[in-house]
Amino acid sequence: MAEEKKKRLVMIASKGSMDMAYIPLIIGSTAAAMEMEVAIFFTFYGLDIINKHKYKNLGVAPLANPASPMPVPNIIGVLPGMTMMATAMMKSWMGKQNVATIPEMLKMCQDVGVRMIGCQMTMDVMGVKKEDLIDGVEIGGAATMLDFAADSDISFHI
Amino acid sequence: MSGESDKTLDCKGLSCPEPVLKTKMAMNDMQPGQVLEMIATDPGSANDIPAWAKRTGNQIIESKEEGGVWTFRIKKS
Repeated sequence: MAEEKKKRLVMIASKGSMDMAYIPLIIGSTAAAMEMEVAIFFTFYGLDIINKHKYKNLGVAPLANPASPMPVPNIIGVLPGMTMMATAMMKSWMGKQNVATIPEMLKMCQDVGVRMIGCQMTMDVMGVKKEDLIDGVEIGGAATMLDFAADSDISFHI
Repeated sequence: MSGESDKTLDCKGLSCPEPVLKTKMAMNDMQPGQVLEMIATDPGSANDIPAWAKRTGNQIIESKEEGGVWTFRIKKS
């Protein structure tokens, strides 16, 4: 049942590959649709997920990834173009199942009110400016995330 | 499916998490007491829609599965 106080979910998204971008976006949007308060803190490589120059082109590497959509020996995985091929293969699989794309998932997260916070320190280190991030995200540091996390019911790191 | 519905939402062909998100969006535009008929082919919906309804306090008044198509009638609380 809907409660007086909403359940709260916080996630730390620290990986910037396509598969690891789906997890916080799918879980976050669903949680918000279940009337939870949701915040995602995008830090380190996870910042790419909300970087407007990068979020459309997140990839999946076959190198050192035994579960890659294109399982090849590492010696092949190092060759140029292999990450692009594995990424294309994964996108094609997901397209066949009608799974929303990363840009679509970001839009849905915003539509259902997921709070998205870009890590200030990562931005400084990577030379990312506020205008490089997609519209509607906040910027904050560890304390911003922890302030939200301190009263959260569910928290996890991706 | 028996009974009247105020709105129908076709989620056939969509994968997780879209059936749940679209159901939530559709319910946002409805009044308490109104009934949404939601149709999905995502097998995950069989459990996901009841979980969503339980968590949001909306009531599933009817559900059925026929040939891989799930139909739910959900009453807005």
